[in-house]
Amino acid sequence: MSKLTIPVRKFDAVIVGAGGSGLRAAIQLSEAGLKTAVLSKVFPTRSHTVAAQGGVSASLGNSEDDHWHWHMYDTVKGSDWLGDQDAIEYMCRKAPEVVVELEHFGMPFDRTDEGKIYQRPFGGHMSNFGEKPVRRACAAADRTGHAMLHALYQRNVRANTQFFVEWMALDLMRDDSGQVLGVIALEMETGEVVAFHSKATVFATGGAGRIFYSSTNAFINTGDGLGMAARAGVPLEDMEFWQFHPTGVAGAGVLITEGVRGEGGILRNSTNERFMERYAPNAKDLASRDVVSRAMVTEINEGRGCGPNKDFVLLDITHLDPATIMKRLPGIREISIQFAGIDPIKAPIPVVPTCHYQMGGVPTNYKGQVVSDDGTPIKGFYAAGEVACASVHGANRLGTNSLLDLLVFGKASGDSVIADIKSGEIGLKELPANFADFTLARLNRLNTQTGGANVNETRLELQRTMQKHCGVFRFKDMLVEGVAKILDIEKAVAMTEIKDKSQVWNTARVEALELDNLIEVAKATMVSAEARKESRGAHVRDDAPDTAANPNGRDDVNWHKHTLWHRASNALSYKPVIMTPLSVETIALKTRSY
Amino acid sequence: MEEREKINRLRWRCTRRAMLEMDLLLGEFLDRIYPALTPEQADAFVILADMEDLELWPLVNGSRECPDPVQAEVLALLRNVRVK
Ligand SMILES: Cc1cc2nc3c(=O)[nH]c(=O)nc-3n(C[C@H](O)[C@H](O)[C@H](O)COP(=O)(O)OP(=O)(O)OC[C@H]3O[C@@H](n4cnc5c(N)ncnc54)[C@H](O)[C@@H]3O)c2cc1C
Repeated sequence: MSKLTIPVRKFDAVIVGAGGSGLRAAIQLSEAGLKTAVLSKVFPTRSHTVAAQGGVSASLGNSEDDHWHWHMYDTVKGSDWLGDQDAIEYMCRKAPEVVVELEHFGMPFDRTDEGKIYQRPFGGHMSNFGEKPVRRACAAADRTGHAMLHALYQRNVRANTQFFVEWMALDLMRDDSGQVLGVIALEMETGEVVAFHSKATVFATGGAGRIFYSSTNAFINTGDGLGMAARAGVPLEDMEFWQFHPTGVAGAGVLITEGVRGEGGILRNSTNERFMERYAPNAKDLASRDVVSRAMVTEINEGRGCGPNKDFVLLDITHLDPATIMKRLPGIREISIQFAGIDPIKAPIPVVPTCHYQMGGVPTNYKGQVVSDDGTPIKGFYAAGEVACASVHGANRLGTNSLLDLLVFGKASGDSVIADIKSGEIGLKELPANFADFTLARLNRLNTQTGGANVNETRLELQRTMQKHCGVFRFKDMLVEGVAKILDIEKAVAMTEIKDKSQVWNTARVEALELDNLIEVAKATMVSAEARKESRGAHVRDDAPDTAANPNGRDDVNWHKHTLWHRASNALSYKPVIMTPLSVETIALKTRSY
Repeated sequence: MEEREKINRLRWRCTRRAMLEMDLLLGEFLDRIYPALTPEQADAFVILADMEDLELWPLVNGSRECPDPVQAEVLALLRNVRVK
């Protein structure tokens, strides 16, 4: 019945997102000779991957003994046993290979005196199944993400990947069988709406950390991939799990990398005590992120915070050799001066736990194929990176495992596309007649809305609600109230109004469309969090306390399972955690302590 | 390109950057300081905003010298922006 039509471009594969995961997938596809389009809201090397400072993990064993199996153990433990063990084994085994590959793509890793890749310790990474910290993080000074993105981008240029820069993907196209047929996207410079019709669609759109008011994430992280997937009927997995980084600069949210503690930084409270010694006697300041965040919040809640309002703690590196700080952590000194007004060589930096990373996402298997509720792949649909939930991070991600995730699953999703095209599993299917109707109706609604809600105000309300009702510590009544509030905000989002109706560079329209995605992520998060009546990893509930039966509030009998949120019904279903690795024995459930 | 388009494109490039630090700084600058710039300074700012974050950051914090005098003026203003 559709009369509306838009231009259609055809590709073998369309990748949405030009961060680490999208660019890694694109290399696989372009080098295999597939006609590949990469869409990005910004120039590829402006993607958020640039912000990653700390490093990428791999058990290279360059500085001391290490093994992928130890890395796997740490990742399972870090995930609080919610990670799928097949995917975790896959990632940790592949790590040395993808890191060395990246080196061959031109990544300028720091070197040891013998010329090997320099490795430093990072929170939660241990040797010999949790015994003591191990040096596993490979870095390029504190510009690891930047250097990685440049190496990957150059390789793509060489492979003739076709980039569509300052294009925003709006919706997924599916047919009646559920197969994914590409995306519809908007070119900002012209306002033109175009269908990218493809055999395969790879989502690599990154995270959605901007659902929170206080976040280390850049403004671009609006969860567009999650919004598009949810609107197209794909469930979102484990969205209650958000990692709060222990050390955001108090006030601005700007991140101080864990590498600072790797180099010897110490957290102190108002009595100058190194309080992590009480919470994690072995790992101390290098314990897993959620453990450190919770310890910090406890210190603050119990009145040992610093400053006039006692609402932050201090990260101290004044005891380190200034030469080490300048050499290994130069960016950190600059950030601290500009955003906290403090030179960390002379005085400690005020820090608070800040929203940092999304563990949940579009459900995939370890091959980077998006899967439906029962685990069968959705034809033509793939995802990698922060938008995806493989699930390797489970209830809590270890630092440096995300850049690794981008490389491993970016590559794996590319390989799966190639294999699925080759086997005839997917091909260019015809578009249904009404393929553009849904998106054009959304755009038309926005263009003609009168008496509606202001985009900025609605976004702020959403962010404040998430922060207040669904933060580091979660409370039963607050969550129940939070669900009601978010559903109210959803009504405002459905009625956003923009004054600017022009075509060319209409940023008001783009921001309204981003808000359409944020609200889906916010709903999924709040509803999933309210329902999960235990504490696990980054999801910590006041009413699920530490008891003998449920250490740390974790309730394996009732809650050792993945959440799936469904947009159409705003309801949840659950699926089992995959406990069988690919080749080794199951890492059995155990209390998580550091 | 008309003024509205130019500003909107600039706004996108100031507030959809790789790093939160730069979103905060450039966004604040665009709202508070940009409107009062001379035309030459405004052009210099567009060039600076088109740089990548890790290229621009050392210029902002002064760890690298900027050879262009007008850009240097704008950088001095940018350096003084304090984010909340
Ligand atoms: C401050 C900070 C420091 C970090 N440090 C580390 C670290 O040291 N080690 C580590 O392992 N991890 C780290 N992380 C996490 C890690 O950087 C991210 O998880 C990772 O870079 C995400 O990569 P990605 O490829 O999934 O997405 P991104 O790099 O975020 O890229 C997303 C891409 O999708 C595009 N996009 C999004 N929506 C659309 C749309 N609608 N249409 C078109 N294009 C779209 C964007 O333009 C962009 O190109 C850090 C994160 C932060 C915030």
